[in-house]
Amino acid sequence: MTPNQFIFIPLLIASLSVFAWGCWKRFSLISLGRPEDRFDNIGTRLGEMLLYAFGQKRVVAQPFGINHFIIFWSFLILLVANTEFILNGLFPHTIKLIKLPFELYVPLAFMIDIASLLALAAVTVAAVRRLFAPPYPEARTPEAFFILGLIATLMLASFALNASELAEFVVKSRVDPASFFASARKVMPVSGWLAGLLLPLPLGTIHVVAWWAHALALFAFMCYLPNSKHMHILTAIPNCFFKRLEKPNTQPREEFTAGNTFGVARADHYSWKDLLDSFSCTECGRCQNVCPASITGKPLNPRAVIHDIKVNLLENGTELKKGNAPQTPLIGEGGEGSISEESIWGCTTCGACMEACPVFIEQMPKIIQMRRHLVESEAKFPEELLNLFENMEGRSNPWGIAPSERTKWCSQLEVKPFDRDTTEYLFYVGCAGSFDSRNKHVSVAMAQLLDRAGVSWGILGKDEKCCGDSVRRLGNEFVFDKMARENVATFIERGVTKVITQCPHCFTTLKNDYRQFGLELEVIHHSELLRNLVQDGRLVLDKTTAETGSTVFHDSCYLGRHNDVYDAPREVITAATGSAPAEIARNRNNAFCCGAGGGRMWMEEHVGERINLTRVKEALEQKPDTICVACPYCMTMFEDGLKDVKADNVKVRDVAEVMAEALLR
Amino acid sequence: MLIVVCIKQVPDTTQVQIDPVTNTLVRDGIPFIVNPYDTHALEEALRLKDRFGCTVAAISMGPPNAEGTLKKALALGVDHAILLSDRVFGGADTLATSNVLAAAISKLHAEVDEVALVLCGKQTIDGDTAQVGPGIASRLDYRQLTLVDKIIDLDFSAKRIRVSRKLEGRHEIVEAPLPAMLTVVRELNRPRYPKVQMRLAASDAVVEVWNNKTLQLDEQKIGLKGSPTWVSKIFSPERDKGEIIGDGYADPAGTAALLIEKLMAKDMLPI
Repeated sequence: MTPNQFIFIPLLIASLSVFAWGCWKRFSLISLGRPEDRFDNIGTRLGEMLLYAFGQKRVVAQPFGINHFIIFWSFLILLVANTEFILNGLFPHTIKLIKLPFELYVPLAFMIDIASLLALAAVTVAAVRRLFAPPYPEARTPEAFFILGLIATLMLASFALNASELAEFVVKSRVDPASFFASARKVMPVSGWLAGLLLPLPLGTIHVVAWWAHALALFAFMCYLPNSKHMHILTAIPNCFFKRLEKPNTQPREEFTAGNTFGVARADHYSWKDLLDSFSCTECGRCQNVCPASITGKPLNPRAVIHDIKVNLLENGTELKKGNAPQTPLIGEGGEGSISEESIWGCTTCGACMEACPVFIEQMPKIIQMRRHLVESEAKFPEELLNLFENMEGRSNPWGIAPSERTKWCSQLEVKPFDRDTTEYLFYVGCAGSFDSRNKHVSVAMAQLLDRAGVSWGILGKDEKCCGDSVRRLGNEFVFDKMARENVATFIERGVTKVITQCPHCFTTLKNDYRQFGLELEVIHHSELLRNLVQDGRLVLDKTTAETGSTVFHDSCYLGRHNDVYDAPREVITAATGSAPAEIARNRNNAFCCGAGGGRMWMEEHVGERINLTRVKEALEQKPDTICVACPYCMTMFEDGLKDVKADNVKVRDVAEVMAEALLR
Repeated sequence: MLIVVCIKQVPDTTQVQIDPVTNTLVRDGIPFIVNPYDTHALEEALRLKDRFGCTVAAISMGPPNAEGTLKKALALGVDHAILLSDRVFGGADTLATSNVLAAAISKLHAEVDEVALVLCGKQTIDGDTAQVGPGIASRLDYRQLTLVDKIIDLDFSAKRIRVSRKLEGRHEIVEAPLPAMLTVVRELNRPRYPKVQMRLAASDAVVEVWNNKTLQLDEQKIGLKGSPTWVSKIFSPERDKGEIIGDGYADPAGTAALLIEKLMAKDMLPI
């Protein structure tokens, strides 16, 4: 009866067919996506795959990830055991691991036995966690417990199988049970131990039951896998291989010719990689646990966005393959498989989701693609954005202030216009630094510092235009495209090569987005430049003059997470105040957004707690006298938030202001 | 049914400066925009199109570069865009302008469809006369309903319109037979945002240009010759240079005290 080929083989073929059918169905859906080249730098890609898929680098970044690491590697080891099992089922008693050379068999059998034990322990821990402290409440699904139960069954069955075989051997060969089990325990500690317990029981029955339990659990696993979120077992590894090699801090350009579609309104308008992303998600919930929108009670949930794209694709797949229009809308209020407009507009593009995702799913670009559709093809967006879009297009700044006022901030200063022959750096002041009454002080502080350090710099003055960050993140690519082309033309015409920005949004746009428009600039954020000037001894500071008191530093998403600048602003504060700033609980690449990125600066926030309030309260836990920022949007959000919590005694200062205060008089 | 919207390209007045020597507008490098009140007229016409399926034509009198204004109208969804441009139209005052626009509307009435409504902004932000709309109504003998902030009822078959007029401190509900000329205020609606497909189509579209060969108007009634009024001088009012007192950022309380002191010294605060 064990193994019985005449029952086993048809079942195996049936399970393999279900498995293959499920895989084919999903991979054929992925192929509906638009083309995208992710086949460059194969060597680097293999390295990233080894590090992140096999090394599980991001998975183990959180304590519970170690549990997953154990399951993953146990599975890899148990592939050998399961291959043996299937071959044994096909050709009974012919292919057995024990027939391998002894030196090879012993370590292998030991590893398999231990791996099975570890996997069993890990799934037990996982089940307990899911029961009592799930990563998010909805994670307590029957599906999750089913798969954990299935894995546990596989492990228990294989132990029972191995143990009953050992015990049967003792019965048949009449060896001394005690000494045999003692040596067996050295090779297979768990099975050897279990064998001793099984010895007095009906071994034949146990063997048959264990063998078939293992076989059926394996078949069930095969049938179930490609039709569930556990598909990630197959897709996560290639997803790490195909990850973006550069930080996903930009969005692709669009081609504005008549007849094109703009943005994404259907799942098959995404690229194949976007669709692969949706099948790589195992819904661990790490993205939603760091998303400022999700945390503060907004409808946006990055996990649900990816899930809904997958469900939408599955629901519409048959029609899409026939070239028909989809039945379930991708953007809409229809529940599972549809993403609401409110979710789409809730994203601050802070990138925390992408930083947290263990398998490099790119949530944020998918949201921006849907924004593009809404703005460009439907002209549908929150009404407060109408003025913004018109101001940006008409006057190249968010407030619609006359461009002639761009230089008012320096009307009392001697500031040179940028000239390629006489000035080294362009100081790209930015809209906030030019027009916003609070941030003008940062521009003045910068001018003072640059002059004191003897930096050769100039401004474009009235010729400076908005970089277009907000419109790009809001999905108005048509207007961004126009603004970027104009700015790139100006920079080239004026011979600009080195740029200082005091706004991380200008910084990332000039540095990363404009490369798509053929302009490679050397862009330096003011915190980096100031740090360098101190290090070079060009700025001498008196640490006793700063009136900052105790400080904390808040990382701007577009400086930190999107561009990896973490140390420079901290070093500036340390240089100016004599002590390092305190760290807010969530800092550096885990920092929590101020709430203003992705164009949210220009939108109302009606639902849930305000993101800036959440962040302000978190910063205040460190009891600072001064909250230091390196971004004009963060400045506004913190000043507003402090007013709301009536923390009048706490100041907000840009790092440049902190440094200017410490300048020797 | 045809709805005609009259729109004008105007300099972005927030960016306009006046040349102190010649007393003329410095137009170099100043971007042009669609007269803001006209965008509301355009929006209302497009809403009526969405609702009743009528045809919308946008007309504008101006130099050849005013084509951009009409392309914006095309991007928003008008069916016809006609630029009335000819050297002999130049230098027109409101009377001469309304002669040209009225002639164009008559031509549209004869060649495209029966005109039911003419919509204009309440005034332009450069001339600020608010006369061209009423001028058109007079020339065409249409009812004129100015300062409309709401179309309450519109019945094309019964040829009647009922609107609300926004007057100082009150509203007036007025009913009139069609065809009628409406001038509109900002409160009427929120203009839509153009879709990219439409913008691309509009940028490729050719705006029809009608000159005086097309309209065949008596040259004594158009342009400078047909204009009984002309601008003799344009200037910015003189204003004494102010002063910056205190430092409101570093010392808001002290600065406020200083301001109160100054205002009291000038006897500008009632006590």
